[in-house]
Amino acid sequence: MDWIQSLLIPVVYSILLVVILLTGFAYLSLVERKLVARFTMRFGPNRAGPFGLLQPVADALKMMFKEELLPTHADKWVYLLAPILAISTAIIGWAVFPLASQGLSLLGYTIPPVLADVNVGLLYVAAVTSIGSYAVVLAGWSSDNKYSLLGALRASAQLVSYELPMGLTLVAVILVTGTMSMTKIIQFQIDHMWLIVLQPIAFIIFFIAGLAESNRSPFDLPETENELVSGFMTEYGGIRFASFAMGEYIHVITFSALTAILFLGGWSGPGAESIPFLGLLYFFVKTAVMIFTVIWVRASVPRVRYDQLMRFCWKFLMPLALLNLVITAIIIAL
Amino acid sequence: MINKIFGGSYQILRAMGVTLKYLFKKPVTNQFPDEPVLVYPRFRGRHVLKRHDNGLEKCIGCSLCAAACPTQCIRVEAAENTEENRRSPGERYAEVYEINMLRCIFCGYCAEACPTGAIVLEHDFALAEYDRWDAIYTQDRLLEPHEPKYIQIRDDEVFVPQESWRVTK
Repeated sequence: MDWIQSLLIPVVYSILLVVILLTGFAYLSLVERKLVARFTMRFGPNRAGPFGLLQPVADALKMMFKEELLPTHADKWVYLLAPILAISTAIIGWAVFPLASQGLSLLGYTIPPVLADVNVGLLYVAAVTSIGSYAVVLAGWSSDNKYSLLGALRASAQLVSYELPMGLTLVAVILVTGTMSMTKIIQFQIDHMWLIVLQPIAFIIFFIAGLAESNRSPFDLPETENELVSGFMTEYGGIRFASFAMGEYIHVITFSALTAILFLGGWSGPGAESIPFLGLLYFFVKTAVMIFTVIWVRASVPRVRYDQLMRFCWKFLMPLALLNLVITAIIIAL
Repeated sequence: MINKIFGGSYQILRAMGVTLKYLFKKPVTNQFPDEPVLVYPRFRGRHVLKRHDNGLEKCIGCSLCAAACPTQCIRVEAAENTEENRRSPGERYAEVYEINMLRCIFCGYCAEACPTGAIVLEHDFALAEYDRWDAIYTQDRLLEPHEPKYIQIRDDEVFVPQESWRVTK
């Protein structure tokens, strides 16, 4: 029955993906707090449940009970839309990530490892993460607060500028592998070597640009601005505020997964093709290593000032990404 | 320029190395009620009313402590000791003895002023209550001996003998 194969399985797959990502976000916040604490010789939260495992539940309950108000002159629908946009654009990118080598066959139907194996997967991911910057601008604009607007403009300028080095490194990856489809990129890495070896500079630039795209340390001036009451999240309370944090963490997971797929070989590893769940495990381990590195960077490196941030992007990362692209193109042509 | 790039990256990697080293060290946090806190012997914490060895209270209701208290948080009302009801050696005992812990500044003047050594400041500092009225300590609460498990007294206090407070000879 074709409707099960082509409609029900993708719907269930996407619901499962969303649920896993949201739970993953909750426990990522706990893992991050505990890891940052251990990096600084403290314990993390360990009071709520054993090893602090119920801490995200406590945080969620707290957020739900907080007061949520709509500012009087705020643009209501845009104000409500912005947090939703922040989360959705981070989750949508997962539609093209290959999670395992082959599908699982269950009751005669195959569950594919990729939700949508489009042959422009990389372009899709780049486009979707660019929409994420809309959330920031809409949040700042609809808050009806001059300072939020300025904070939002700064944050969106940061997001937009760092998309350029990111895009250029993706172009370098496409040049090397010759394809934009994520499954074929992983296949290329299986046939040849992992792209981190072939394109180390691209890996570093992509990692830094990913940190900046997720508003993550050391580039987290927009998100701390609302500690200083001038950021785009100032007028949001309760769950809406948590949604922006959710969007940021899910962006972190998405970018770690993307780095794992593009540069570390995705689900490939010894024995990944034969045993179906081993590919999923390798993918998970590689993403976890990248998330660990993101948290490690957060715990070690001081925050970058806004002008230093923009200067770093335009005067250093972009020329470096262009140089990488040119060198790659020359080597490929020879 | 290249120098700055490599120098900068090297410093960042050094910083990341430091945090990685700290990842594997034991945390220095004292997990409070599970792990006891070590305080010095003269640490001024919660008050306790002392008794003599034969069970009589040391407090004679003179209210010198109430007079010495800078915030006037002690309330004493004395009553005469009778032969049937003798609570302290001497003529009077404190019938009402209340300390408002929310006003107390833990200065210790009451302990210095007390002629019998009845009121002393011991070492408990975890004095939070759920209700404000519970923070007015009454006499029966102050009389019972209070040695919580989570406070331990250090025994390594070093006394530096000081001949004179003058700085110059």
